[in-house]
Amino acid sequence: MAHASTRRGPAFYFLAAFFALFVAFLYGPMLIIFLLSFQGTSGGLTFPMRGVSTHWFVDLWSSSRYGDLGGAFSRSVILGVLSMLITAACCLFAGLAFRRKFWGAGPLFYLSIVSLVVPGILLGLGISQFFQLLGFQLHWWLSALGAHLSWTLPFGLLIMFAVLNRFDSSWEEAARDAGARPAQILAYITVPILFPGLIAVALFGFTLSYDEYPRSLLTVGGLNTLPIEISNMTTNVTTPALYAIGTVTSAISFLVIAIAFIAIAIIQKNRARARGEKA
Amino acid sequence: MTDQSRIDIRKVTKLYGGVRAVNEVDLTIDGGAYCCMIGPSGCGKTTLLRMIAGHEIPSSGAIAIGGEDVTALRTGDRGTALMFQNYALFPHLSLTDNVAFSLRVRGQGADQRRAAARAMLERVQLRHLADRVPSELSGGQQQRVALARALITNPKVLLLDEPLSALDEFLRLRMRVELKRLQSDLGITFVHVTHTQPEAIALADQVVVMDHGLIEQAASPRQVYGRPHSPYVARFMGGQNVLAGKIEKVTGAVAVIAAPDGTRYDLIDASGLVAGAPVKFSVRRDRIALSDAATAARNAAHGKIVNIEYQGTFVKVSLDTGRGEEFIVYMDDDEYLAAPKEVGQVVYATWKPELNHFLRGTNDSAGTPHE
Repeated sequence: MAHASTRRGPAFYFLAAFFALFVAFLYGPMLIIFLLSFQGTSGGLTFPMRGVSTHWFVDLWSSSRYGDLGGAFSRSVILGVLSMLITAACCLFAGLAFRRKFWGAGPLFYLSIVSLVVPGILLGLGISQFFQLLGFQLHWWLSALGAHLSWTLPFGLLIMFAVLNRFDSSWEEAARDAGARPAQILAYITVPILFPGLIAVALFGFTLSYDEYPRSLLTVGGLNTLPIEISNMTTNVTTPALYAIGTVTSAISFLVIAIAFIAIAIIQKNRARARGEKA
Repeated sequence: MTDQSRIDIRKVTKLYGGVRAVNEVDLTIDGGAYCCMIGPSGCGKTTLLRMIAGHEIPSSGAIAIGGEDVTALRTGDRGTALMFQNYALFPHLSLTDNVAFSLRVRGQGADQRRAAARAMLERVQLRHLADRVPSELSGGQQQRVALARALITNPKVLLLDEPLSALDEFLRLRMRVELKRLQSDLGITFVHVTHTQPEAIALADQVVVMDHGLIEQAASPRQVYGRPHSPYVARFMGGQNVLAGKIEKVTGAVAVIAAPDGTRYDLIDASGLVAGAPVKFSVRRDRIALSDAATAARNAAHGKIVNIEYQGTFVKVSLDTGRGEEFIVYMDDDEYLAAPKEVGQVVYATWKPELNHFLRGTNDSAGTPHE
C-alpha cells in the first residue's frame, strides 16, 4: 500500500507542469526586464543583448529626457511611508476596538470593506470631484494619500483581524491584575506581542501605496507619483532606461521586504537574548 | 494578618443583560482561610471570583477585603492577585520578567525587581529556568511561574481560577499538595474555583457550593460532604443517596417518614417539621449494610443490582430501587469479597436511623457536574 501511495499518477505530472507554467509567468517577465536593463549602450528594447553595461541606470539619473523621475520616486516613497505609519497605527487600534462588540460594529466593518471593492479609478474620480466641490487643490500628499488609505486601511484591518485571532486577551487581563494601567498594558504587553503582525500590516501599507496606480491617477494633482510617471514613460521612452526603472523599483520593493524580515529577526533575537542572559 | 485578608461579600449581584450570574450573594471568607468555590459550569463561581479580583464590577452590593470596601477599586490596588486558568504568562518575556511584571508597572528599577523575581522563582524551584520563555516550560512549571507572578506583590488574597484543570491527574495531585503547603506557609486567604469535588474537599477550610448564581451552602468540607444542605448539594458533592417521603408523625424532634413504597424512616433532627409535609433526606453511601435477605422493615431499601464497580478500597454497588434515582452502596472490599454479589440480584440495604440526614434546602436539581 505504501507503494501505491508513492507512485505518481498522471495528475501529478499535469499539476507539476501547471505549476511550472505559473512560476514561469510569475518570474519570467521580471527576469527579462532585469536582464534587458543591463543592455549595452547600443542595444535596443528587445533581445539580443548588445554587450552588458550599467549605462541605462546612469542615463536614468543624468538625462533630463525622463522628466522628474527622481521627484516622482521620492514622492512615492514618502507617500508609502505615510500610508504605512497611518495604516499600522489605525489598524492596530481599530483591530483592538473591533474585539469588543460595540454598537454598529458590523455596519462599520462592512462600510470599511466596501472601499476594497469599489474600482480604484472611480474612487479616485470621486475624490477629485469632491475636492473640487470643496474648493481644495489636489495634492499628492493630501488627496492621493487619502485615496491610498482607502485601499491600505481596510486591507490592513483584515490582516490585523488575522493577527488578533491568535492574541489571547487574558494576557491583558493578567497585566491589569498585576496593576498595569491601560497605557502600560498597551506598551508592555499588547504592542510587543502583536509587533511581528504589525510589521506585516505596515509592509502591506507601504507596498500597496508604493505601486498604486488607479487610485493615484486622478488624485495626485500637479505632481506625479512613480507608477504614473513610469506609465507615462512607456508611451514616449524607447530606450532600455525603461527597464532600468523597473529593476530599480523592484529592488526597492525587495529592500522593504528585506528590512521587514530583518526587523522581525531582530525582535526574535532580542527575545532570545532576554531568555539567554539577564538582558 | 488574619483580619487584613478577610473577605466580606454583601448582597452582591452581577447582571449580564437580563441574566443574574450572581444573585444577592452574602459570604464571609475568614482571613487566612483556604476557600474552595465549587459548582457546575455557569453557576456563577468564576464571576464571583472575578468580582473579588476587580475584573468585574458588581451590579449591586459590596465587597470588602480586610474591612476596606474595594467594590469599585481598580484591580491591582486591592491586594488581590489572580492566577488564570490558562496561566496567561506573557509569551514575549522571560520568566524573570514575567514574575517581575507587577513591580515594573509600579516603577521599580530593573535590577531591584529582577532580583526580587529571581528570589520568588527560587521559592517555586524554578530559579534555574529564570531566563527561559514560557513556551519552553511544561504545564506544571508554567503553573509555578504563574504562582510566582501572582505572589510577588505580597497579596492579601490569592485567587485561583481552576488552577489544576489543565494538568494531568498525577501532576494535579502533586500541585494540590503544593498549593495547600504554600497557603499555610503564607498565611493569606486563598480562594480557589474548581469543579472537582475531591479537590475542594481535600484543600478547603471552607467549601462554597454554588448553583444558578446562589450559594447553596458555605461550610467546612466535613459539613458540606456529611451534612449537605439540600438535595442538590448532596448529589453534587456525591457520597450520599437522596431519598424522598412524607412526614407521617412528629414526636418531639423525631419524625417518622413514609416513602412512596411504604417503607418508614426515622429522622432524628426533624425540628420544625409538621406531619404531612414532603421531605427529602440523605444517607451516606459508605454506612449502609447490604444483605441477600430482608432484615429490617425500617430505614431500609431494596432493589436489583444494576452495576458493580471495584474501586480499590471499596466496591460500589448500584441498586435500582424503583424510586427513579439510583441507590448506591459503598461496600468494604473485604466484606464484599466474603459475600460477592451479582448484577441482577435483589439485595436489601439497611442502616441506622441516625444516618438519615434531613435536607432543609429546596434545590432539587440533579447536580451533575459539567465536565
